[in-house]
Amino acid sequence: MDDILLEVQNLRTHFMLDEGVVKAVDGADIQVRHGRTLAIVGESGCGKSVMARSILQIVPQPGRIVDGRIVFHLPETDARKRETIVITDLDPNSPRMRAIRGRDISMIFQEPMSSLSPVHTIGSQVAENFRLHWPVSKKEARDVTIEMLRKVGIPRAEQRFDAYPHQLSGGMRQRAMIAMALICQPSLLIADEPTTALDVTTQAQILELMQQLQQELGMAIVIITHDLGVVAEIADDVAVMYLGEVVEQAPVDDIFHNPQHPYTRALLRSVPRLEGETHERLDTIPGAVPHPFARPVACRFHPRCRERLIHRLAMCKEEAPSLLPIGSDHLVRCWLHQATIESANDRTREPLRVD
Amino acid sequence: MAEQAPLLDVRNLKMHFPIRRGLLRRVVGRVQAVDDVSFSIRPGETLSLVGESGCGKTTIGRCLVRVYKPSGGEILFNPPDSQPVDLARLKRNAVKPWRKSIQMVFQDPMSSLNPRMNVLQIVGEPLLVNGIAKGKEIEDRVAMLLRKVGLSPDYMRRYPHAFSGGQRQRIGIARALSVNPSLVVADEAVSALDVSVQAQILNLMQDLQQELNLTYLFVAHNLSVVRYISDRVAVMYVGKLVELTDTKRLFTTPKHPYTEALLANVPKPDPRLRSQRIVLQGEVADPANPPSGCYFHPRCQYARDRCKIERPALREVAPGHSVACHFAEELTLRGVVAA
Repeated sequence: MDDILLEVQNLRTHFMLDEGVVKAVDGADIQVRHGRTLAIVGESGCGKSVMARSILQIVPQPGRIVDGRIVFHLPETDARKRETIVITDLDPNSPRMRAIRGRDISMIFQEPMSSLSPVHTIGSQVAENFRLHWPVSKKEARDVTIEMLRKVGIPRAEQRFDAYPHQLSGGMRQRAMIAMALICQPSLLIADEPTTALDVTTQAQILELMQQLQQELGMAIVIITHDLGVVAEIADDVAVMYLGEVVEQAPVDDIFHNPQHPYTRALLRSVPRLEGETHERLDTIPGAVPHPFARPVACRFHPRCRERLIHRLAMCKEEAPSLLPIGSDHLVRCWLHQATIESANDRTREPLRVD
Repeated sequence: MAEQAPLLDVRNLKMHFPIRRGLLRRVVGRVQAVDDVSFSIRPGETLSLVGESGCGKTTIGRCLVRVYKPSGGEILFNPPDSQPVDLARLKRNAVKPWRKSIQMVFQDPMSSLNPRMNVLQIVGEPLLVNGIAKGKEIEDRVAMLLRKVGLSPDYMRRYPHAFSGGQRQRIGIARALSVNPSLVVADEAVSALDVSVQAQILNLMQDLQQELNLTYLFVAHNLSVVRYISDRVAVMYVGKLVELTDTKRLFTTPKHPYTEALLANVPKPDPRLRSQRIVLQGEVADPANPPSGCYFHPRCQYARDRCKIERPALREVAPGHSVACHFAEELTLRGVVAA
């Protein structure tokens, strides 16, 4: 498969706490294609941010990648040949890993104020990333930085080079973050809730900027978000996560118009829409996301799943389903579909037992 | 709807914050957080205040519960069982008897609940402070309130950390309702919640409104949420109201270019609607140093010369539809097409 840039296979990132083990990511798989945008969506606690941090091996203590593989297929450029790197085999502090971070894979975060240093100028922070990876003089780095600041739409870039983060608005700070992330022209940009802290009009500007830069620079984007509106705006492919697993992955149109996992469907139904009616009731998902120490066994969504009751599948509480294809690009982790795939296996359909 | 006397009538409300500089803390400027805002809320209705950060929507909410003393204007509060009162002019200690009539639900359910108090203490405190109940009676009342917001009274002796975000927001609502308020100011009450939980809390707030005949002032930035809960919507931009009308009209036939842009910029949860974006250039104006004329003119695609000089007043362009734009009648603006 030539167009795959990044593969995450059966990733498990756990946090070893005194109270027990929090399995933030527990058996997740995703694939990112060259030049495309993959959105990872899910509610708080589903492990989407930990998954993003695992890709860069910057999982905070006491978290650790305990299992799985992250394979990065570095594309061919003028300077070097195509190369396959198994990120999970690298030591997080090794020079090799540090060479990848910021140059081949870079990341932008939700809150630009807390991810920029308040005591350094915008320009020096953006230029630092460039000088770390390329042997250039300060002057050259400054020129490249100003060019990049201009590209992300910061007006009067020469003056803003010497501005401090508190002198910029939230939208401008997020633009500076993007400049910092893209200055080495990475092949993958990971954006963790990049617009959540911004107002709608600024959010629209940033989303448009990301799309325009993607076309210009040809990088792939992994965007982590809980906002299905943002997903619909920007994504090519979508992975829906629930409690540390990917439950469905498909092209964006399929996710919104032909969702197959009961969780995806329920999530879509509970989104308030601009075309709604006043005092109309929204559909809800019963219950709440379970506590990390009290994860349901077998299918992790089964206690909140309405479709399980309708279809009377006993299997859901007994065994975990696996992520299986139901179409060319459409993967689903649900017994409902596996029941149809393996329809020969009658064991999956049992009379409903009330517990 | 028959014209009812408004429960709350806000007239020309102003809230200016001084900017102080230097050793002597001299006043060097003013932030006009809320500038000459008027609106009213009828009993039993939900009015939403929407706008981007810094537009003054939260400041209005805080003026109503008198966290701030407004710099000018009137807040006429007219509860069903007593004489009307102007909350804006009352002295700090004279406000106290009215505090239980106007209650607030906050955005962040973690920081608005004291982590050292259990649910019984959190929800029971307003009852105790206002002398509504004491002793064993408090416990019964709290149990009833918790049941009303969909929590089990068995959890009464637990602390906030033991609850999820949605449950904590339910506790915050129970606390607000404990003193039987007639007006509830909900400041971004569902913004910090996940979508599935957000839907639960929105439904709960609507049920409680019907059951207890509550009036809501709903402060929010998310227009899709506003559509579900409000009867009327007021759009704010840099401390001023720019449009005020009933929900359906605002969404389908907006008359102010800023409202149109806000609606167009909400990301729609449907990839097939992608192309309909109008990206607004520039940024929200600084309330300490607003532009001349219409505050929105530097970002407005319909702006003409008049907009740079003359500030448009909020005026009624159709019955029940007020807009602050010189060209409200001429412009044909795009709203949301009903599904």
